Amino acid sequence: MSGSGPVGDGEPAGGLADEPGKDGAGPGPEEPAPRRRRTIRERLKRARVPAIPEAMERRRLRRSVERLPLERPEGELLLDVEDLRTSFSTPRGMVRAVDGVSFSIDRGQTLGIVGESGSGKTVLSRSIMGLLPAHNVERGGQVRFEGQELTGLPSSEMRHIWGVEIAMVFQDPMTSLNPVMRIGRQITEGLRYHLGQSAGEARENAVALLQSVGIPEPERRMRQYAHELSGGMRQRVTIAIALACGPKLLLADEPTTALDVTVQAQILNLLQEKQRERFMAMILVTHDLGVVAGRTDEIAVMYAGKIVEKASTAVLFTQMRMPYTEALMRSIPRVEDHSHTRLLAITGRPPDLVNPPPGCRFAPRCPYAQERCTVEEPPLLLGDTEDHAFACWYPVGTKEGQAALERNLSAGRPQTLAAVASTQVAS
Amino acid sequence: MAGIGNAHLRDGKAMLRVEDLVVEFPAGRFRRVHAVSDVSLDVLEGETLGLVGESGCGKSTTGRAIMQFPRPTSGSVIFEGTDMSRLGGEELRRVRPRMQMIFQDPISSLNPRRRLRDIVAEPLAIWGVGDKSSRQQTVRSVLETVGLDYDAAGGRRPHEFSGGQCQRISIARALVLDPKLLICDEPVSALDVSVQAQILNLLEDMKARYHLTMIFIAHDLAVVKNVSDRVAVMYLGRLCEVAPPDDLYDRPTHPYTAALIASIPVPNPEIRPGMVGRALTAELPSPLDPPSGCRFRTRCPRAQERCTDEEPVMREIAPNHFVACHFPLGAPAAPEREPAAASAGGAT
Repeated sequence: MSGSGPVGDGEPAGGLADEPGKDGAGPGPEEPAPRRRRTIRERLKRARVPAIPEAMERRRLRRSVERLPLERPEGELLLDVEDLRTSFSTPRGMVRAVDGVSFSIDRGQTLGIVGESGSGKTVLSRSIMGLLPAHNVERGGQVRFEGQELTGLPSSEMRHIWGVEIAMVFQDPMTSLNPVMRIGRQITEGLRYHLGQSAGEARENAVALLQSVGIPEPERRMRQYAHELSGGMRQRVTIAIALACGPKLLLADEPTTALDVTVQAQILNLLQEKQRERFMAMILVTHDLGVVAGRTDEIAVMYAGKIVEKASTAVLFTQMRMPYTEALMRSIPRVEDHSHTRLLAITGRPPDLVNPPPGCRFAPRCPYAQERCTVEEPPLLLGDTEDHAFACWYPVGTKEGQAALERNLSAGRPQTLAAVASTQVAS
Repeated sequence: MAGIGNAHLRDGKAMLRVEDLVVEFPAGRFRRVHAVSDVSLDVLEGETLGLVGESGCGKSTTGRAIMQFPRPTSGSVIFEGTDMSRLGGEELRRVRPRMQMIFQDPISSLNPRRRLRDIVAEPLAIWGVGDKSSRQQTVRSVLETVGLDYDAAGGRRPHEFSGGQCQRISIARALVLDPKLLICDEPVSALDVSVQAQILNLLEDMKARYHLTMIFIAHDLAVVKNVSDRVAVMYLGRLCEVAPPDDLYDRPTHPYTAALIASIPVPNPEIRPGMVGRALTAELPSPLDPPSGCRFRTRCPRAQERCTDEEPVMREIAPNHFVACHFPLGAPAAPEREPAAASAGGAT
């Protein structure tokens, strides 16, 4: 049994530690061997109970009532992120990985965050979760979850948020699972700690969870280790762990990037199904616009640490305004196109976040960029519709944008020529 | 056992002709992993063959077995008229510079302790091409063609480059010896979509510039379609379908191909992913003990009794479109055993 190791190791040290602080209520440390195991458990329990604040206890009660999916009033604000900033100090200077990001999510809503690698989307999701390194990080702004401020909370308090309120699914299922702990333990751990379930109860729930994420023979899988499962199965397990305590918000950080196309479709369908079934809010972080299309209510496109366009999914795909979104869209190879269709790659690379270019950060790669773009930074403003915001001086599909494109074309701007050449081949 | 047939092999001069390739690995206790079973392929000069399938279907092993590491268990790999599987030692070494490989993970396939210019010059040094300064000249021109600046980047080490740039370095290293055949093993699956597009375009440019023949291995069908002249779909060590890409994607006939196409994420919110259906559900069976008959039958929506008993044989169901399925989509079922065996050209 896995329990025997810690008991054997912890016995002498635990006994000593317990001696001075003993209050007489606990069983004596000199009990015969079979009872010792229980004393350790009780000690652990006692050590943990004071750490759980009253708010936690209340939440637990409320949860037991509310755990089933209910039709909650839509439009209720769940997560509110305001002017979030995260920078890392490096020998080269401050890397502003997330630079003033604001958004909010209602209950049961899904938000897609899209961007290239290096655009700060992973740091953003980790900043929301409070999973940043302890040193060399500067942060600012606010993250409010159900009205409660999360920034600056110590991890001892965040512990009661992680898993219970906000859960996360990581990119690489192999490294996010514990390789030396059985799958079952990894799921029941949260159930027992956060929801105070008994071992048997937690086991039953874990089996049900594994079944609900589509794992065949859940009982057998419970006893297996992560390496015995395929990549898709592992990701299903991490989803089961994330769902175990019934979180209200699920952060999925590139959940399918490490997986095959077929498995990717399965995992995305599973996430969507669970999200609907539990009326859970979800943030889906990815670099592939194809992944978020049809699976999210709203999409935020990130570039160089900032949100550059944000709109409801249907609006974003039909009337994108930001040249970066357009470029991302065009760089996806499509099945409908003939083979050997030239792809529109975005020229250049994302900017160095130590010294971001002045003005619009996308300007050096943008086919539409004008002089103004390199001087003045465009603010993220609402466009023609209420829920469509973008940060661009010469938006795609407007008169200004078209004029800018034509001007660049006649001036022979290489980025513009590349973009136009490839659209002609495609059409 | 019925082989999968060689009907899709073309007559005439193929640059590379792989026949009945089998790769098995011992898995202890007299068990064997059937990684690749009787796969036959041919690639004409200047062609790009796309090899698609899920992970675990043996597509990478096929690519590596063509390069002779590991050596195939049986079957022949005829490259420019010589059977590589019969060559050994020095003879094999002499053939290898004409075929090069690009690997999936760009960062771990480069030596982290060496400088870029040395990494790219290494193949030239091994083959003793020119002297040191002329080698660096070659490196300079190759780096330029893949879009890297020799003066700025030559002295740097792999960790200073992004994934896309590392893949460019891998491509430069593969091209520096002027190979005939380039095997790309998932060259873009570790990259972002925008960088992926850059690398795919670069590969197309390089193919034209160096007159390359390519085998492009990937699990992403949209990517494969973009670069290939012919696509072969693999499942659990066997070939399912071989066709030109436009034909294959417009009219997939093997149920597995159809399922693969259905699972491509479409960047269009109008198409709700759930509606596509047909996406695969169950897991890949174990290659230790592959299913009898058609290997896809355990996950196939059209599977019938015949699929359990009889291994489907590759046959041409439309011009240049080959499928190994008893009940292909949108086409008449395969004829019963006798004629099928005859058309397979004596596969037993």
